[in-house]
Amino acid sequence: MTHPFADLGVEAARLPGRLAAWHAPVAPGALRAAAEKARAQKGRLVALWASDETTRGAGYAVHVALALRGGLLWLTAALERAHPRYPGIADIFPAASRMQRAAYDLVGVHAEGGADHRKWLRHGTWPGGAFPLRKDFDAASRFDPAADHYPFVRVEGEGVHEIPVGPVHAGTIEPGHFRFSIVGEEILRLEERLGYKHKGIEKRFEQLAPEEGARLAGRVSGDSTVAYAWAYSMALEAAAGVEPPRRASTLRGILLELERVANHLGDLGYLGNDVALAFGFFQFWRLKEKLLRLNAELFGHRYLMDVIVPGGVARDLGREPGERLLRSLGDIGAEVATLRSIYDEHAGAQDRFILTGQVVPELAERLGLTGLAGRASGQAHDLRVDAPVPPYDELQVNKAGHTRGDVAARASVRFDELAESLRLIAALVHRLPAGELRVAVPTPVAGARGCGWMEGWRGDVFVALEAGEAGTLHRVHPHDPSWRNWPLLERAVLGSIVPDFPLINKSFNLSYSGADL
Amino acid sequence: MDQAPGIALQLLQSILVVSAAPLVLGWVNMCRAWLQNRSAPSIRLPYYTLVKLFHKDAVIASTTSPIFRVTPYVLFGCMWLAAGIVPVLATDLPFAPAADIIALVGLFATARVFAALAAMDTGTSFGGLGARREMLVGFLAEPAMLMTLFTAAFISGSTQLTTIVESLAHREFAIYPSLAFAAVAFLMVLLAENARIPVDNPATHLELTMLHEAMILEYSARHLALVEWAAAIKLVVYMTIGFALFAPWGIAEAGDWGAMPLALAALAGKLALAGAGLALIETFLAKMRLFLVSEFLSGAFLLAVLGMLTHFLVRG
Repeated sequence: MTHPFADLGVEAARLPGRLAAWHAPVAPGALRAAAEKARAQKGRLVALWASDETTRGAGYAVHVALALRGGLLWLTAALERAHPRYPGIADIFPAASRMQRAAYDLVGVHAEGGADHRKWLRHGTWPGGAFPLRKDFDAASRFDPAADHYPFVRVEGEGVHEIPVGPVHAGTIEPGHFRFSIVGEEILRLEERLGYKHKGIEKRFEQLAPEEGARLAGRVSGDSTVAYAWAYSMALEAAAGVEPPRRASTLRGILLELERVANHLGDLGYLGNDVALAFGFFQFWRLKEKLLRLNAELFGHRYLMDVIVPGGVARDLGREPGERLLRSLGDIGAEVATLRSIYDEHAGAQDRFILTGQVVPELAERLGLTGLAGRASGQAHDLRVDAPVPPYDELQVNKAGHTRGDVAARASVRFDELAESLRLIAALVHRLPAGELRVAVPTPVAGARGCGWMEGWRGDVFVALEAGEAGTLHRVHPHDPSWRNWPLLERAVLGSIVPDFPLINKSFNLSYSGADL
Repeated sequence: MDQAPGIALQLLQSILVVSAAPLVLGWVNMCRAWLQNRSAPSIRLPYYTLVKLFHKDAVIASTTSPIFRVTPYVLFGCMWLAAGIVPVLATDLPFAPAADIIALVGLFATARVFAALAAMDTGTSFGGLGARREMLVGFLAEPAMLMTLFTAAFISGSTQLTTIVESLAHREFAIYPSLAFAAVAFLMVLLAENARIPVDNPATHLELTMLHEAMILEYSARHLALVEWAAAIKLVVYMTIGFALFAPWGIAEAGDWGAMPLALAALAGKLALAGAGLALIETFLAKMRLFLVSEFLSGAFLLAVLGMLTHFLVRG
């Protein structure tokens, strides 16, 4: 059988569904070679996760999803039961490092080689040696919180000191710990410690029926609920061998772009707030609130949760409400254009934005920066163009892009994408085809695989799904683009000064919940 | 000479400044909300906040020394004293000869030293961070402030604020180019010293960007109330110093009780205008990068020096 990945030395089989995705088993020993070849042809790491296969009479498995020119390649390496270990790939794809550490914390598969072996998700809430994602681990187990020792990398030298920030912050933001090593105000090193929002989402999936999983997937990261619900539904539909009706796909496109618009509005407001330009903050948030209320009115939820369901969508958009949506979006677009000129011409704001938190394209390419932040650093990847599924196959999506990779570039990409999304929504509303909203999704057969991959507002959201016996879910791994972008934040702040960190952080606006699971 | 009316006036003025300071802060916040298209909070909100804080139980870190506990009272005391030295309503102040403008700047410096010590006393990284930044602002702002005051002092030939005000208010109306320079420099110092945009952002919740707020993060309840109140008084004192130097019209002369209503009205009007102006500045400007603060304050110093030189040039 021919497939686009023959030169990687793997035998890949096409996964069902409209997404160009392939699955290939690979020997643990051949994993590194495949990864190296993928890297040589500019392939990118999407996700790395592990699973427990002991209930299927095997050992464990480590999975790697790669984005290649021919589409998505899902590699699975079966590991032995007694000592599950595999050669780590963090030196080939640096973003794999934290994923390998998380895979060890959850499933107990060990990455060999000169990898970082510190814990990542385990914070003393479960003991070392207990692996929550193993099938014999009881999800109802309770452990007394133990002392949490975590060796941060120390920077030594005269005048160097550390500032620990978080996980509890002064504002209502998600918990994460940032350890700054500084001299004066200059940042010498930043080390992140995440995992405070680990809530066992992957374990929970295994207790749910496949259709129920969409609700949980929609709650992995609240600001990307549409992207997650869509990616999960795409994965389940692929595993079950059905396709959503065309009207449902078109509505999904509208929903995803609405989510993008709302988040970009919010972030642009936050960028103003972080340079104390409260005017910008309140204007953008007024517009966002307007959009959220419209969402609630038209689709029943401000953030569009649970509108996308496996098999289609739960809510329709009639002709008249569609016209109203476009009118409101037209108003928002006009106001955003004005606000953009205000931001662009505000000397104080531009002075803070330009060359702050720079990630140059070479570094972004090497470390695998993805999504919106990647596009601001010359990484022109957008799944709506590169691996389009309906309705994007019929649309000409214009990729936004910038090469300077600073806060100003990320703001500029947001403005461009916002305008593009407004255009796409108008195009989709106008071409909304008649037809069904939803098809029935049969229970996938045991062992059926499916994956969903969707360009959310932050970057590509990936969901890998494997069906289990008797209508259960064997393993679901939702993967947030933040996994790959968090390490870049550590690099973006180098050479900056401490008070610029909140601005740089907000310009990425990464998800804690999505990466902590 | 009978000192009784003077002392009464002195008391009245101090109490007025101290009690009205939160109102001015409320007014600034109100103007700022309007300028940002928001519905404004009540102008009395700062009072409610103070009352709320005074009703709470104070939490004090076990690692702190008495300096931490004493500092709020020192800050409040310094600001109250400053409010008694600056001629706000009338020039006839018995306390005024006790301190001239140099002592006034020293009073602010004392408050700053205590604030920084208390911040470092907590042993948290934010306290040290805030104290360090505050001292950076302080050591740049103080010379600029002194230069500004000296420019005015040269015109009147005295470093006594009351004498300066009397001589400035009495002269026939003339535009002093030196005072124009000094006024701009003073405005810049005012923004920096009172932790306003573009130097600091009084409304931020971002710990890492804070200057003044970072120093007081560990304060709670009555201590926080006193610190916040002292900050409000400081803002009003700075504004009234500004009025005294650059817009002394309407102030009551020594012993002239009949002019008091007019002086009060003039003061209210000037504070309202200054508050609105401050809100306008804070709406238009973004916060500058921390390291630009030194350039900002060097600019203020330079303008103040230019003002002084202009004075000699024009006179000579």
